Amino acid sequence: MTGNTLLSVEDVTVDLPTPRGNLRAVDHVDLTVGAGRTLGIVGESGCGKTMLSRAILQLLPKKAKLSGRVMFDGQDLVQLAPEKLRKLRGRSLAVVFQDPMTSLNPVLTIGTQLIETLQEHLELDDATAKKRSVELLAAVGIPAPEQRLAQYPHQLSGGMRQRVAIAIALSCEPKLLIADEPTTALDVTIQAQILDLLAREQRRRHMAMIIITHDLGVVAGRTDEVAVMYAGRVVERAPTPALFKKMRMPYTEALLAALPKLDAAPHTPLPAISGRPPDPTRPLQGCSFSPRCRYAVARCQSEKPPLEAAETSAHQFACFHPIKTHADADA
Amino acid sequence: MAFFVARRLLYLLPVLIAVSLLTFSIASLLPGDLAYTILGDQATPENVAALRADMGLDHPIWWRYLGWLGNVLQGDFGRSFRTGQTVLQAVAERLPVSIELMLLAQFGALAIGVPLAIICAARSGGPFDRFMTGTAFGMLSVPTFLSAILLIYLFAVELRWLPATGYVPFGEDPLANLRFFVLPALTLALAEWPTIMRVLRSDMIATLQEDYIALAKAKGLTPARILFVHALKPSSLTLVTITGINIGRLIGGAVIVETIFALPGIGRLLIGAILTRDLIILQGVVLLVGAGFVVMNFLVDMLYAVLDPRIRHGHA
Repeated sequence: MTGNTLLSVEDVTVDLPTPRGNLRAVDHVDLTVGAGRTLGIVGESGCGKTMLSRAILQLLPKKAKLSGRVMFDGQDLVQLAPEKLRKLRGRSLAVVFQDPMTSLNPVLTIGTQLIETLQEHLELDDATAKKRSVELLAAVGIPAPEQRLAQYPHQLSGGMRQRVAIAIALSCEPKLLIADEPTTALDVTIQAQILDLLAREQRRRHMAMIIITHDLGVVAGRTDEVAVMYAGRVVERAPTPALFKKMRMPYTEALLAALPKLDAAPHTPLPAISGRPPDPTRPLQGCSFSPRCRYAVARCQSEKPPLEAAETSAHQFACFHPIKTHADADA
Repeated sequence: MAFFVARRLLYLLPVLIAVSLLTFSIASLLPGDLAYTILGDQATPENVAALRADMGLDHPIWWRYLGWLGNVLQGDFGRSFRTGQTVLQAVAERLPVSIELMLLAQFGALAIGVPLAIICAARSGGPFDRFMTGTAFGMLSVPTFLSAILLIYLFAVELRWLPATGYVPFGEDPLANLRFFVLPALTLALAEWPTIMRVLRSDMIATLQEDYIALAKAKGLTPARILFVHALKPSSLTLVTITGINIGRLIGGAVIVETIFALPGIGRLLIGAILTRDLIILQGVVLLVGAGFVVMNFLVDMLYAVLDPRIRHGHA
């Protein structure tokens, strides 16, 4: 596993100064992604997952303070010179943002936005770059790709724009693609198409991928490993099958319970997680989830549970009173 | 696009009619009888009555307006009763001066304001940005007559590099012509670059927060390409507007600057007409200048469509 680690996030913390005080958006996060593997990062809004992705890409707001290391392909992105970082971005490290309505430049044609990426990183003449662009648009399922090159983003639907954004991300055959809620802004019917497209292209190109989402359903069949984030921390981390077989962290359980079920009777109320995430400018002394946790005891409020491995080294969680599994109950 | 242009052109018509109505009524409603003004103090009532009849001043104002408008539409703007020169001759003589001054001033203001705005926006909040924003604010409060006098003192009196006043037509001696224009154009540019810089800077800072700029960075584009290709165009709509307004305003001449530097432009023609109560020249020039302003704003609207495809395609 360590032999082919592509990305390792080591003890990354992101602090944002706000008028109300320091906001710790990401709190000592460790993660690894192997070459060609898929990691899902799951958590509700404001849990720090987008900030973590921006930290990996080195695209944090100017005022943000980042500590820790982001090792990508043997180099620490945090320390990397801007010019070297620029050559890496778009080339071996690509991203698809959440909202395709705002992530494409409204005044430049689709063709310009694709071709500029190709020509920035690969030495392509105009004709070759144009040919590659048409191939890329066709590969992401855009009909009449030649005509699209001359069109502007506003002439395309949201789903089509996200396909263009994916084509841009894939254009230079990246080693790692970060998809930050790639389907949140899209119609439900389009979501599955986009996710399937990402999965297909990932397999074809043998690239690693990080899918960031608030939807456990999205990561279920599409990732090798899942990290659940809450209040800036990773609270549970496991290979995907292991996580869905026996989740240990009450927060993960609550997230899964909050998913609408297709076989539920109509008008069944969703079991939402009561309360709100803690104010990130006023961190709690104990477990951040304890105020909302139905298993919480006194110790949860006074002491922060560390992220530790349990029976297998691959499955880690941060909880003093993890959900009992069948094996535990038998013992 | 053709539909867009046609619709904008149609909007021009009522505006131009309003401009003509306003110009005509200003000149007609000024106190004092035009016939007395022309004939002077010694005029006999008979002479005045004869002239009034001759000029059609006996008719109601709307009748005179229609008559004047009819003449204007045939290209006859009237003739100065002082010099005998037609309005069109007077304007044609002075317009090149005002336009040259306007072009040089705008070019100078943009050449100072745009690069500074881009640098400030790219490093917003930094020491250079704070220094330039402060400087621009200070420059905004310096009136043109003051900077004109300071420039004359420095470059004409002390250093003796440039002439203080005067004018040579471009056709006669291009180099001398430009030397005469440097100081007046610089005076106007100094008054205008702060607005250009402040407007473009703040629009650019807003644009740089956009998702598509983050994506441009994530694509590994060079900082120069991000600033000039991805950020400048979507940030320049307000800049184009104020540049258009400035140009429109300066077609009417820069009255103060033309007076200080003794440039024979439209501004001085207007001042002269006002001081000598040469109402025919006055209303003709104001109408032409007003029309120029309206046409200029039409061109600015067209430029929006060039800058932003969403306007071109009827979205947004």
